[in-house]
Formats: sequence, C-alpha cells, structure tokens
Amino acid sequence: MNGLRKFIDKIKPTFSKGGKLGFLQSTFEGFETFLFVPNTVTTRGTHVKDSIDLKRLLIIVVMALVPAMLFGMWNVGYQHDLAFGLGWGFWQTFLYGLVKVIPLYLVSYIVGLGIEFVSAQIKGHEISEGYLVSGMLIPLIVPVDVPLWMLAIAVAFAVIIGKEIFGGTGMNIWNPALLTRAFLFFSYPSKMSGDTVWTGGVARYMAEGKAYECGNGIIDGFSGATPLAHPSIEGLQSAGTSFMDMFIGTVPGSVGETSVIAILIGAAILIFTGVASWKIMFSSVLGGLAIGYLGYFGGITDLPGYYQLVMGGFAFGTVFMATDPVTAAQTECGKWIYGFLIGALAVTVRLFNPGYPEGMMLAILLLNTFAPLIDHYVISSSIKRRAKKVKIA
Amino acid sequence: MSNNINLRQGLNIPISGAAAQKTSKNVASTVIAIKPTDFKGLMPRLLVREGDAVQAGSPILADKVSPEILFTSPVSGTVAEIVRGEKRKLLEVRIKADETQKYVDFGTRKVNDLNAEQIREALLKSGLWPAFIQRPYGILANPQIKPKAIFVSAFSTAPLAADTEYALREEFDNIQTGVNAIAKLTDGGVHFSINQANYSGTPFHKIENVIQHTFSGKHPAGNVGVQIHHISPIRKGETVWTVSLLMLAAIGKLFNTGRYDLSRKVAVTGPRAIDPSYVNAVPGMSMKDIAEYYDNSANDIRFISGDVLTGTNVGPEGFLGFYDNQVSLIKEGNEYEMFGWCKPFRTSLFSASRAYFSWLTPNKRYDMDTNLHGGERAFLMSDVYGKVLPMDIFPVHLIKACLAGNIDKMEELGIYEVLDEDLALCEYVCPSKVEWMSILNSGIDLMLKEMA
Repeated sequence: MNGLRKFIDKIKPTFSKGGKLGFLQSTFEGFETFLFVPNTVTTRGTHVKDSIDLKRLLIIVVMALVPAMLFGMWNVGYQHDLAFGLGWGFWQTFLYGLVKVIPLYLVSYIVGLGIEFVSAQIKGHEISEGYLVSGMLIPLIVPVDVPLWMLAIAVAFAVIIGKEIFGGTGMNIWNPALLTRAFLFFSYPSKMSGDTVWTGGVARYMAEGKAYECGNGIIDGFSGATPLAHPSIEGLQSAGTSFMDMFIGTVPGSVGETSVIAILIGAAILIFTGVASWKIMFSSVLGGLAIGYLGYFGGITDLPGYYQLVMGGFAFGTVFMATDPVTAAQTECGKWIYGFLIGALAVTVRLFNPGYPEGMMLAILLLNTFAPLIDHYVISSSIKRRAKKVKIA
Repeated sequence: MSNNINLRQGLNIPISGAAAQKTSKNVASTVIAIKPTDFKGLMPRLLVREGDAVQAGSPILADKVSPEILFTSPVSGTVAEIVRGEKRKLLEVRIKADETQKYVDFGTRKVNDLNAEQIREALLKSGLWPAFIQRPYGILANPQIKPKAIFVSAFSTAPLAADTEYALREEFDNIQTGVNAIAKLTDGGVHFSINQANYSGTPFHKIENVIQHTFSGKHPAGNVGVQIHHISPIRKGETVWTVSLLMLAAIGKLFNTGRYDLSRKVAVTGPRAIDPSYVNAVPGMSMKDIAEYYDNSANDIRFISGDVLTGTNVGPEGFLGFYDNQVSLIKEGNEYEMFGWCKPFRTSLFSASRAYFSWLTPNKRYDMDTNLHGGERAFLMSDVYGKVLPMDIFPVHLIKACLAGNIDKMEELGIYEVLDEDLALCEYVCPSKVEWMSILNSGIDLMLKEMA
C-alpha cells in the first residue's frame, strides 16, 4: 500500500501541469482518486465532512444492479436453451449468457468512459463517476443480440449529445442510459423490436440458417415474443406465460429487465441506503396501477392492473431509471407528480397504442424533459403559500 | 408545553471530545487580539496606535459607516501590534495585557429607569453594540433602526458546543438584566427559545420579560435562524436582531457592575483536545494560552474558534473570536486513504447516510478530521439536504440562485432567512462536496451590494 502510494507520488509530477504528460492530468487524477481517497482538506465552510462521496453512492447503485445483471445473464442462456431445445444445465446456461453479455459491457464501458475521459481532459475537469452507473445500466436495457457497433454509436451519442454538451454528470437533462436505448430504437428499429431480437442466437439463425454449434434448429412453436406482444390473458396463456414467470423473469426481454424479483432486491438496497427516492418508485407504481385498472374496468384490456407492473421494462424503469436523481424532479412534492405521471404514461401507451407495446422508455424521457417544469411549479406554489402564511401571521 | 415546535429534520454530528463539566484553568492572557474579521459588514477605523495604553472598555475601533459603533478592548494593557494583511486590510489589534486589570467605569445603572435611547448609548459607548447581529444577512446592527423583534436562542445544538447551563450558570441575574435592557429597543418583544428536552432542567425558563418558545429536535434546532423561521419568518424589508445568551450576560454585567466584562467559560473540545473541559478566559485569548490542552508536536492540529461546522480556522497562533465560547481542536486530515470509498466498512468514519454502516453504532463518537473524503462535483442528489434542514425552503435551488447571482430568485427562495450557519449541515452531508457556506455568503454579499 505504501509502495503504491510512493510510486504514484513519484510519477505525479509527470502528469501534473507543466509535466511531460501534463495533458493527461484528468486521466491520471481519475485513476489516482479511484485508488486513494484524496488528501484534500476543508478550506472554507465546515471543517469536517461526511464520509459519503459520489463514488460511494454510485457504487451502491452498481451493487443494486448486480442481481438483475446476474439473472439477466442466466436468462439469456435460458431463453436460448428454450428456443433451440438444448436441455442445458445451470452453469452452461449461465456461461452462454455471460459470454453474450460481457461484450455488451465492454463496449458500453470502453466507449462511454473513453468519451468521459477525453471530455474531462478537454475541459480540464476531474473525471466524474457518473458513467459508472450509466455503463452498468446500458447492457441491461438492450436486446442481447444488438450489434456491438450499433451499441457503440448509441453510447457515443448518449454521452456526447445527452451529457457532455450540457456540462457532464449532474448537468444532463435526460438519463444517458435511456438515451442510448432511444437512439437504438429510432435508428435501428429492426434490431430493437419484433419477436426475434429478444432471444440470443435467433436473429442469426433467421439470417444465416446457422445456430449455436450444437446444430439444433429452432424448436417448433417458438415465438420469442415478449409478454408485451400479446397483452391479454388469452395471449399470455397461449404463450404459456404465467404471472409468476413474469415475476421471476423467465421470459424474453431486454437483458436485465425481466426479473421483478432481482429488481426488487435492487430496489430494497436503493431505498434502504437512501440513494434512490422511494417516493418516485412508489408513485410510479401507483400511476401504473391506476391506469392499468382504469383500462381493466373500462374494458380495454382483460389484464388486471398489477400485470402491468411485471411486464416489460416497467419495474426496471421505475426502480433504476426514473429515480436517477439528476434527471428526476428535485422537489419532494415534484417527485410524487413525476413518478405518478411516468407510471401512468407508460401504461397508457401500452393500452392505447398497439403498434408500440412498451411505453416506459419514452415515458421516462418525456418526464425527464418536464421535471424542471414540475419543480418550477412546485417551488412557485410553495413561495406563494409562504407569502400568504406570512401575511396572515 | 403545548406550543412546542418539534423539528424532525436535523443531525447531531457524533464527534468525540465533548468538554467535561469542570473548569480546569483560569487563563491569564498576556496578549489578546481584537479581530475586525469577527464582524460581518464592518469597515474598521482604527482609534489607537501602537504603544497606546488602554483599559478594559477603551475604544479600539469604530465602524466607518456608523461611527458611533465602537469596539473596545476586553483587557487593560498597551497596544502591542497592529497586524495588517493584503491591501493593508486590518486583521488584528494585539494588546499586551497588564497584570492587574483596570476597567473603564460606565457606572452601575438600573435598567428600569433607563429609556431606549440611554440603553442604546450605553451599549454603543461600551463596545457591546456588536452583540446584536442583524438579519437579514447577519451584519452589524444598525443603531438608527428599531428591529421588528429580538431573538435569543437559549440553547445550542452545535457539535460539542459549550453546555449552556454549565457555562452560564452564574450569569442568570446578568442575563435577566440584559433581557430587560434590550427589550426596550424593540416593540416586537424578545423571543426566547428554550430546548424542550431540558425545559425543567434549565434555569433559563425562569427568565422574565420575554416571549417564550420551546423547540425540540437535533441540530440545527438551536440555531436562532431556524427558530426565527418557525416563530416569525423575515419578510422583505423587515429587520430583526439576534443576540446570544453569552452576550446578554455581558450586557447585563455592563448595567449591573458598570464594566465591559467579556470574561466567559470557554469549552476546549474536539478529538485532539487533552482533557476537554472549560477554561475561564476572555475573547481574544491566544491558542497558545491553552497549550496544555493539546499536543501539536506533529503540527497537524486545526485550531477552530467556534464549532467544527461554522467556526473559524485561526491556526496555532490564532485568537478566540468575539462571539465564541468554544475552541475545537481537530486533526488535519491531509492523508490519502487507499480504496476508501469502496471499502465495505469504514468503521472509524461517520456517515449520516446508510451508504456506510455507522447507523449501526448510534452511540459511537468519532475522531473526525478535516479530510474532504471525496472530490468536488456537480450537484447530484436532491433529497439529502432537506433531511438536515428544518426550514421550509429549497436549499439546492437557493444555492444555485446564489451561484447564478440571480437576485430575484434568491429573494423568492428565502435568502433573507438564512445565514451560512443554518446551511452548514447541508454542506456537511453534501456527497458532491459543494462549498455551500461560501456560495451562500457570496450570494449574501451580492445582495448587500445590490440592495444597499
């Protein structure tokens, strides 16, 4: 430990201003602060500070995502196994998913962090940790077979246009991970929707007639459709999908979004540590249920409202996306409104727009856009209320 | 008490080194300092030269804007040194104290026989006028105006703060006299806030001639700014004054004994304090006068006049501030910590959040140091600040308005109601390590400049 510290102190002048590699200062600092909490002390203001910092907060979000990620890896293998009738055991299933998902992570982190480093370098800032979470989220909300070059372009778009031009982490108005997905969705719709993209290996089989090395063809009766493609009791029954399947997550879908159980574990971590707002999660669920039941009793769908919570990306979006503290509403009252509208809007899109079954992504992006407006009205009404109270007193 | 105001938001910082309730030393300072920097809004004019002989109560400084506001010497002696900083800014007037103290005699007077004008004059002349802090902005009180009301917080919730009941237990009569005096300076009465949890345990609930309030809750429930916010918020155009119990005792002493006597019990506290306890001293006491309470051989102690949130870093050669009755000694945390943020447990560090496990040990006291524990970033979290600020304002938006220099927004968002001490906890818990207090102060400075 002391040896490493000495080594860093020795090479530090080279990377500091005026040093030979001074242009790499931000990058060097990024790695240094990753290894060591810096020795800076308070100068003005309070003399002591809490031990919490952004690195700690964000690593907790990353930890909360691990159950969804692990389940997602297994489910990638499981869906492949089902589609081709391979009869794999647990480890083989998981290994297939691991091999499939790791490249997504590599692309996400290399492209995203690369851009972060470069832009921090250009601006002469310290490197912000925000991308640690975005990079963790992105592979979990895309179909497993998304071509890596597309993912790379989408990540670059989201980080540059969605974040860096606004000034970096903390200044962005849209969630960068969702922006990645939106970019893919609108630029390459054929790779992002339909029935064949959700199961690993199927797209390739369709195109080339080749499957995984075992040589099996797709089993008869394979559909590959996510539950959202046939959102009715009958549709789900004919696909052989029960409520519990969707709750546990053994259905096709984006990598990390299928298992409500894994997401709930993450939600528990986030709420307990106070990193994410329970108000947003709770009100989003309320909004989803409200519209879900409205549709149910209005005869638009025969699925009871609670089905909406376990289908598609609703749970994942509610827990991990809507609660992004930068892009969500900042006021406590605003959070209730913001969350409710996300849930309500997402289910509304599902019920009333058969051509576009998943509304979660755009519901969150839309409310990201309107979050500052919600805050504005919450604050001005609070100011008015206080002015009135003072007048009476 | 049915009118208790319970504040649910707040945080008591569990730092070690609380002062034991004993007075272990009478500090007889050889050199004391008067620091114009203790007073916000003061443009000092020097009234003495090096070598002048002064008595306790002799004027040393005056305000250039309101020349009737005098700042007087707390001890008798000779002016030893006038310390100036950049651009010849006056930093300290050092006075070498005599062995026997001589006091200027202001005359004992019965407060009840005096009118407001006489009281104002007595306070101005004796150098006790700066006891009043004027809100908004926390500046020297303007003697020309009559404030809406005067607010006194009769307890402190700041980290390791001197225990009010112990430090001021002999001052009850003086405080009562002080209250009677200042009550004549306003029509709105003296609002006196007491800690609900210790209501019957404190003698101060017997103080008369006040409008009594009780508060309960964690820090900053004892901050007078928070109390004003709940009793009678400051509107645009209104002015209120605040005064501490400590200064009230000095005001009472002026009328009871005719002396300018600022002597007080000072709590020597903090993780680096040896045998933390109280000393009898006057403001302007040198840190060298309490040398037996610390071991600074490694030159790694930060000397804070005041508490660890809002105090002033005065350095090993520094002096106790005018308003302070506490010295906090903590370690400079200028060390690297390997993998600090990703260690699952950091048991020696406290965190108000549950991202660490210090919530499992609620009674533990921590040897805190001055390390930032992270790097400064943009605002990310929005809900951590409201949990430590028991006021109906939007702190993040206020700070952003200060950053933007947007006066209209600052007004709307409550700049009149807060001083940096009220937002100190927001800065403490801030995961982005934003410098809240200095940003707020720059906002207040802008308001002072633009609204003057």
